[in-house]
Formats: sequence, C-alpha cells, structure tokens
Amino acid sequence: MPMPPHATTFERIWRRLYLAFCAGVFLFLIAPIIVIVPLSFNAEPYFTFTRDMLALDPDGFSLRWYDRLLTYGMTAPDAVRDGAWWADAWANSQWIHAAKNSFVIGISSTLIATALGTLAALGLSRPEMPFRRAIMALLISPMIVPMIISATGLFFFYSKAGLAHTYIGIVLAHAMLGIPFVIITVTATLSGFDRSLIHAAASLGASPVTTFRKVILPLILPGVISGALFAFVTSFDEVVVVLFVASYDQQTIPLQMWNGIREQISPTILAAATILVLFSIALLTTLELLRRRTERLRGLTG
Amino acid sequence: MPTATDTVAAGDLGPLTTGDGTPLKTALARATRRARLKALFLVAPLLLFVIVTFAVPIGQMLYLSIYNPVFSDNMPRLSSWLRAHDVTQVRGEDAFKALVLDLTEARANRTHAQVGTRINYERTGATSLFKSTARKIKRIKGPPYKDQLLALNEEWGELHLWTVMTRAAAPHTAAFYAQALDLSYDAEGDIVRAPENRRIYGHLFLRTLLLSALVAGLCLILGYPAAHLLASLPLKYSNLLMVMVLLPFWTSLLVRTTSWITLLQSQGVLNDMLVSVGILSDNGRLELMYNQWGTVIAMTHIMLPFMILPLYSVMKTVPKDFVRAARSLGAGPVTAFLRVYLPQTVPGIGAGILLVFIISVGYYITPALVGGSSGQLISNQIAFHMLQSLNWGLAAALGALLLGGVILLYWLYDRLVGVDNMKLG
Repeated sequence: MPMPPHATTFERIWRRLYLAFCAGVFLFLIAPIIVIVPLSFNAEPYFTFTRDMLALDPDGFSLRWYDRLLTYGMTAPDAVRDGAWWADAWANSQWIHAAKNSFVIGISSTLIATALGTLAALGLSRPEMPFRRAIMALLISPMIVPMIISATGLFFFYSKAGLAHTYIGIVLAHAMLGIPFVIITVTATLSGFDRSLIHAAASLGASPVTTFRKVILPLILPGVISGALFAFVTSFDEVVVVLFVASYDQQTIPLQMWNGIREQISPTILAAATILVLFSIALLTTLELLRRRTERLRGLTG
Repeated sequence: MPTATDTVAAGDLGPLTTGDGTPLKTALARATRRARLKALFLVAPLLLFVIVTFAVPIGQMLYLSIYNPVFSDNMPRLSSWLRAHDVTQVRGEDAFKALVLDLTEARANRTHAQVGTRINYERTGATSLFKSTARKIKRIKGPPYKDQLLALNEEWGELHLWTVMTRAAAPHTAAFYAQALDLSYDAEGDIVRAPENRRIYGHLFLRTLLLSALVAGLCLILGYPAAHLLASLPLKYSNLLMVMVLLPFWTSLLVRTTSWITLLQSQGVLNDMLVSVGILSDNGRLELMYNQWGTVIAMTHIMLPFMILPLYSVMKTVPKDFVRAARSLGAGPVTAFLRVYLPQTVPGIGAGILLVFIISVGYYITPALVGGSSGQLISNQIAFHMLQSLNWGLAAALGALLLGGVILLYWLYDRLVGVDNMKLG
C-alpha cells in the first residue's frame, strides 16, 4: 500500500517504523525455524555456525547428523551398508523405532478422533440439539485443560485400568486430545452448510446413511480432513502424556527429542528437527489446498 | 389437550390434526423429541468416550488431593485410637501400645516406609524416624510400651508428631491443599502460614501468573501490528506473510524449543553473532537461556500465532472506510486509531489475550527445557511431585488449584468469545 500523496512527514516516518516493526515480528516468527536447517548440516558437533560454514567451505558441511539419526541404537552401526545393515537400522535404530511409533499412534488416534468427532459435530450442529453449549464446552475442554493435568489424571487411571505402558492407552489418550480440533473444524464447516440439501435428499427417497455418504460427507470433507490433520499433528507432537504413561516400547519422536535435549544434546536433534520442519511444510500445504477447495465449493453452493 | 384458543382459531373444524388424527401439537412435540434424541444419539459415543478417557481420570486425580488412606490403612489400631481421642492431652500407654503393634505389623508388611513418607510430607524427618524405629521394633518386649519406645527415639514424645499423625489418621484430609496454599498446621493443630523459608507455592503461582501475563502482553504488542498488516495488505502479499505465522504454528513444539536453545544458549548463534560484531565481549555473553528469559522468549514465540490468528480474523471484518471517514471528518491519525479502529478490534484482543494466557498458565514442556530453575512454572512443580518426590496428594492439590483457575478463564473466554467461535488456521 503506497502512502497517499497528502501524507505528512510524520506519517511517512511512522509508516516506515510500523513496517520495520512488522518485519521484525515476522523475522522473530520464522528465523528460529529457518536457522536450524543449515545448522543440521554442520560438520562439527556444535550448535552454532562454524567459520567453515560461514565461508561456504564444503568441508564445513556434512550429513553426519542425518546418518546418526539412522545409526543411533543399532547393534552394528559401522558394518558394511548391505541389506543386513538396513535391516538392523529398521529394527534397532532408536529414531526409526520412535518414528514408527509416532505414525502408528498418530494414525490410529486420528481415525478414532475423526470418526467420533465428525459424528458428534453432526449432532451438535442440528438445531434441535439440547444442552448444546454445555456439551460443546465439555468436548472442547481437553484442549484447554493443561496437559500436565490430563497426563496426571491418565497416569493414575491407566495404572489402575492396566493401560499404562500400552499402545492402546496412548492411542486413546491422543484421540481424546485430538477430538476438540475435529469438533471445531467440522462444526465450522457445517455452520455454512445448507440444511435444505438434507431435506431435498430425504424427499427424493435417500436413507439417512445415503444422505450422509452422498450429500453431507463430500461437502464437509475438507473440514473433516483438516480436523483430522490437526488431530494427527496433536498426537505427533504430544510429549507430556507419553512421558507419563509410555514405556520404552511406546517411545515417540517428541519423547526421543525431549530425552535428547535433556541428556546428550547433539546436532542429531537438529537433523530430526529439520525433517520435522519439512513435514510441517507438507502439512501446511495440504491444509492450504483444502482451504482453497472449501472456498471453491462454497462459491458453488452459496 | 386442545385449549379454548386452539378451538377458536380452528373455527368449526375443531383442533388441527395430522393425517392419522393426532392433534398437530402432539405430533410436533413428538417430532421435536425424536429430533432431539437423534441429535443426542449422534453425540453420545463421543460424550461417553470423553467422559471415560478424560472426565473420570481427572475426577479421580482430584479426589486424590483430599483422600490419602496410607496411614489409616496401614496403622489401623493407632488410627482408630487417634480418631477417638483428643491429642492435646498427654498420650497414655494405650496409644503407644497401638503404635508399637501397628509398627510391628507394618514392618512385617513392609509398609512402614510408606507410612513414614506420608507423615514426612508434614513433618520432615519422619521417614527416617519410622524406618529406624521399625528396624528396632523387635527390641520392645511386652508392655509397658511407652517408655521403651521413647528410649528408642525420644521424638515419639513430641506433640507435633502426634498432631500430624492425628490428621493423617483420617483418610480424607485438607492437608495437601493447606500445603499447596503455603499453610501449615502448628503443634496445636491450628492452621497458620508456613514459615517464610517454606513458602514455595504462593510464589510459584504468582510467578506463573506474572510470566503468563508478560507473555500475553508481549504477544499483544508484537501481534497487533503484525495482524493489522496481514489484514490490510492485498491477499497476494498477506498470504505469503501468513505462511510465516502458520509455519511456526504447525511446527513441532520440541523443534521450536530446540531452535531457541540453539539460538539463545551462551555458545549459541545469537551470542556468537553479537560477539563477532563486537557488541559483546567473549566473556560478557548474555545469559538468555535456562532462566526466566528463556521461558519468556520461547513462550512468546510459541504463543504469538495464538494471538495473531484471532486478531487477524477480527481485523479482517473491520471496514477500512471507517478510519478513512474519521480522517476525512478531521480526526488525526491517533484519534482515528484510538476511537474508531481500536474499539472494533477489542473482541480479537480479548480472545487473543485470554487464549494465550490460558495456554501459558498450564505450560510445561518449554519451561522444563529452557526455564532453568527461575523459569519454572506451576506445571513443572506438579510434574516434580508426580514423578520424583511422589507426593501425589500435593501434586493433585496443586493441579486442582491450577485447573480451577483455568476453568474460570475458560468460562470467561466462553462468555466473551464463545468456544464454538474459536478459529484455527
């Protein structure tokens, strides 16, 4: 936005200051995330730029920390890299073990959260829904209640119910934490939903299930998917509950990073962090594409 | 039953009915009830799930803050004696008899250490007292018990120990809340403020509130202009800047915390930069990490999107013409901003501040990793009592107080913003 020609000098200076301040804020937001990417290629075990790196000397860079991600925890990390070496990495590398767990737990809990959450959002968005506010407040509360309190509660509950140190326990807990996001995104999509379409489908003889599959679901799908993505990311990033109720078997990537930061801090963590940043860029892109699709659909239906 | 007005309204035809002859009102009521049930039926599975995996565990946890049967279960004789008698009186032989018999049994069941730990919460040194006495309990041969026990350790004669045991004898206790509020019981069993050097939690709650308020304030200062820029730029540019807000929002918390450690530690990027530019000398490096500053900086970064997003969605709806109109009517830029623009963004400010404050108050991960000892919040203390000191009653009491505060804020948020108006991304 250019300044209008009648702007005073004071206004021009003020505008410059404002833009500079905003630039600073956006830099503050993005710089910490960008700065770890080159550092993860550091040839030295430091958390800062070496002289070689600043001089763009190829010797200053290496993939050793990415290699370390694979080899950490292997029985024979220095063996010849044949099929047996890869099998060893797949079976024993701690980061791979953690990644497998993160995906298994994340996907299972997302499926539960999305299925139950979408169903509930359909009920909540009906005009006849009784106690709507109270129920909504309860269903959203896992997002608001401090994680430490949820984790503490689950710790006691699971140790009595025999769910501590089990995959099922963590999947259920993560599903519970992801549910608010599904509810929020799906109810938001449903709020712009034209309910006369349901009546039209019903009057044309469609059963409720057919109506849901052929009319409602395609229209709210972007909301459902973005809710599912939120739920997945919640699980994928969650560490407090895992810290409290998981054993080594259920070690996830965030827990592995947590332990790494607290114990043997090495640039391996930066390599893992860089991969996770790429992962979040992919998620963000998916979400943006979904948002555009919703807007397009809105344009057609509204 | 059709009322008189219904009949009048329907004229000579009688009350309106549906095809099968049911009065319309009844049919409508039935249909509404069915629709309500259907809606409830859709929500029921999730409601059940959330109650089982969330509400019940938290309820149980809260119950632990007032319920601790360790002493009354493992010292049954002494507990019933203590419940029946007034401890301010001199304790007689029968009390010591119950104590010795219970301790002998507890020793056999290997529960004496637990019992000692329970008393130790309120009286330091009790764990070792119980352990050492239990070890030597076999030396006590028959009555009279009192003198033999006092000969083993004269602490058993102290009134304070007995008042603590009296409170522990009741399985339901307010002692953990008292401790969480920096209160303690004196030797007579009256509630007083804890001695100055043992007042920990009041200070910690205050620090949690102050740091959260500071983070919320910083987020507002940084987020308001940024959100304004996002809302006023043409979509082409603002989408690009929006990525800079959303990418941190979507990036793993541990990644962001790791980044801040990389940047802020004394051998880290920021300090190295300042040293190489010459602003700092090599031994004058800033201590930005493992103290309160670490917590504040990292948390401001983590919370900033939670401030910008609600502000942005409100600012997007403010018509630009209003400020222009104010200016054309003679208002200066400051007046136009303060009297026209700012009031219209107040809902966004409220939503952002409350959201950031609510999340910050319960924060655990970031303070634990970058907060050092002075940047710890109340959550860290709860985790400490859960996992290390194993004083679960106190952890639960601290958790209950924190939860109470958060629920209050959540209620406020729901009143002001409405939970169903929450926007994500």
